[in-house]
Amino acid sequence: MPSQPSTHTTDTDSTATASAAAARGAAGTSSLPQPHEVMAGLRATVSAPGIFSLLSPEGEYTPSDRFPLDVTPDLVRDLYRDMVLVRRVDREGNALQRQGQLGLWAPLLGQEAAQIGAGRAMRPQDMAFPSYREHGVAHCRGIPPVEIASIFRGIDFGSWNPREKRFNSYAIVIGNQVINAVGWAMGQRLDGAMGDEDTAEATIAFFGDGATSQGDVHEGMVFAAAFNAPVVFYCQNNQWAISESIHRVARMPLYERAAGYGFPGIRVDGNDVLACLAVTAWALDECRSGNGPVMIEAFTYRMDAHTTSDDPSRYRMADETQAWKLLDPIERVKAYLARNGLADAAFFEAVAAESDALAADFRTRVVNLPAPSPSVMFDHVYATPHPQVEAQRAAFEEYLAGFADTDATTGGDRTGGRH
Amino acid sequence: MATMTLAKALNTALRDEMAADRKVLVMGEDVGRLGGVFRITDGLYKDFGEDRVIDTPLAESGIVGTAVGLAMRGYRPVVEIQFDGFVFPAFDQIISQVAKMGFRSGGAWTVPLVIRIPFGGGIGAVEHHSESPESFFCHIAGLRVVSCSNASDGYHMLRQAISSDDPVVFLEPKRRYWEKAEVETANHQGDWFTSRVRREGSDCTVVTYGPSVSIALAAAEAAAAEGRSLEVIDLRALSPLDLAPVVESVRRTGHLVVVSEAPRESSITSDIAARVTEEAFYSLQAPVLRVAGLDVPYPPSKLEDEFLPTLDRVLDAVDRSLEYR
Repeated sequence: MPSQPSTHTTDTDSTATASAAAARGAAGTSSLPQPHEVMAGLRATVSAPGIFSLLSPEGEYTPSDRFPLDVTPDLVRDLYRDMVLVRRVDREGNALQRQGQLGLWAPLLGQEAAQIGAGRAMRPQDMAFPSYREHGVAHCRGIPPVEIASIFRGIDFGSWNPREKRFNSYAIVIGNQVINAVGWAMGQRLDGAMGDEDTAEATIAFFGDGATSQGDVHEGMVFAAAFNAPVVFYCQNNQWAISESIHRVARMPLYERAAGYGFPGIRVDGNDVLACLAVTAWALDECRSGNGPVMIEAFTYRMDAHTTSDDPSRYRMADETQAWKLLDPIERVKAYLARNGLADAAFFEAVAAESDALAADFRTRVVNLPAPSPSVMFDHVYATPHPQVEAQRAAFEEYLAGFADTDATTGGDRTGGRH
Repeated sequence: MATMTLAKALNTALRDEMAADRKVLVMGEDVGRLGGVFRITDGLYKDFGEDRVIDTPLAESGIVGTAVGLAMRGYRPVVEIQFDGFVFPAFDQIISQVAKMGFRSGGAWTVPLVIRIPFGGGIGAVEHHSESPESFFCHIAGLRVVSCSNASDGYHMLRQAISSDDPVVFLEPKRRYWEKAEVETANHQGDWFTSRVRREGSDCTVVTYGPSVSIALAAAEAAAAEGRSLEVIDLRALSPLDLAPVVESVRRTGHLVVVSEAPRESSITSDIAARVTEEAFYSLQAPVLRVAGLDVPYPPSKLEDEFLPTLDRVLDAVDRSLEYR
């Protein structure tokens, strides 16, 4: 059924968009956006009222008393290095998928600052509940990229220990993890893990703009407010939920929704790693000190596809992507470092070489990941033995053992003997 | 030994577990000051405080989802879903997170969470207040599903559920809340998630659980007056099923009738029929027959007596089974 024209009088573009969509649907014509829709989308994505920035796209740094940050040359160089490394790994992930080595990859291109800024703001004792694109945050938690790639190669669901890394397993169902994060944070409050300067804890929940349509995110925010849970809701607004634009689902900036729950909401320039770091560090401190939840909207852009399975050229115009290229999170840090004489060509070359080496190592590790043994399917389904699962395991292993002559190490071609 | 209602037995189990382990939390809508709509948590708020008896916002996904985070952190939350028909907003969390967190993390996490659900019909309630969702949960690997049928089992099974390191869906037959039985609280040893022969018999095995156990026992009593000996088995655990006592019984009687309030299609009764057929085919003298809820949405309460398995429907199934002799 075609969408109905909006009755919302202050946003003429949304009315026009709905009408155009209805017309297209009725005519059965091209699914490409019409020009006025593109302009509406552009305005929705590059215009960001209330945004907090520290570093301009040209690399000019403006200090702020609102979210103070001790900007040392080492800090900026480290953040630059982090972003280059995760971008290089991300590009390698894409390439590995194209080569058939990964079944899927969820690219983070364009979101490096949003993730490194947040990830570096965390302390070891803080807990992160990621969605499935947080490769940059994982990097900050000391998780090797191959342990992420194993998910997309179909080996496991992530081979890091989420309890030890304080970085939970990836959550694929949109928004589920936000409530789980609030529960963890409620536990932090019940444990009294707040207040003390050194040992206080906070929780950070990562989700995208698409997840803000989910009931779980709403419920998570209601619970966080009800129990004053020390949780930072970190929304990476990358403008697109696969092919659904933020323009369709939000009539007002996402960060303003926090006011409705009764806690602060801040829109930060998600392509500005210094701003993301400063704001997230402040928000986590608010939680650690007992001041309760904070929502951060990191206003950024997904430069690549949602995953390697989709084709962004079907739903968004190149103009939009080009406009965001000018806001590249890595280039502005590079400009800052160069402009202020804080890094020379040798530094940039060394980081590039390190990223190439990391990518090569990543590639080698990915292609050499051993196939899991079939019997792992029965492991950890239950914490205590479950007779039906154990009986099925025994029967399955006995069945596989019948093919032992085919290939003793992998179970061989388990159907081969029957053909 | 004390005589108490099922409701009081469940309340006592919660109290005893909370007293024994400060990590045990109770959470849900109205569980605090009100003591729950069925008063199962009565008095706990006063004695254990708002941090351990948590009145939550009205949001089932939020209740279960936050309980997951608390369980990951080492707490043992016991969440109350107010009525069976309200568990569905939390279904996503139960399937996607509760059941899979341990598996997904390679055992790094356990989720020692109990989801208490008053279930089944027979109280004349409005729509969505009388559902039998047990088969949905039994279909999900990673969950344990149990249902008590009397006060004594209610006490011990709930304590076992709370001490389990796996998530447990704990189904409480709400129309039995006010039925009394003797409960031995002093001795809490043993495994209570096993099938239990409630009445021995030799002509036909009747297997059931939860609210229908009383029906089956009444049917056995009535059948005895007609000279027929029914063996009644209370499953107690629905996942994993403790099927050995059922198979052993069928090998003696040769006849099996499975009783459940849940609709028949793709249900626990389907599974029991299939598995007993696999394991005791040559002992069966008749097809496995089922007495179940009808394959229709739960009807208006004036019709629920027609929907639910009754003593007469059980006896009719027994008659049909024995006609195969």
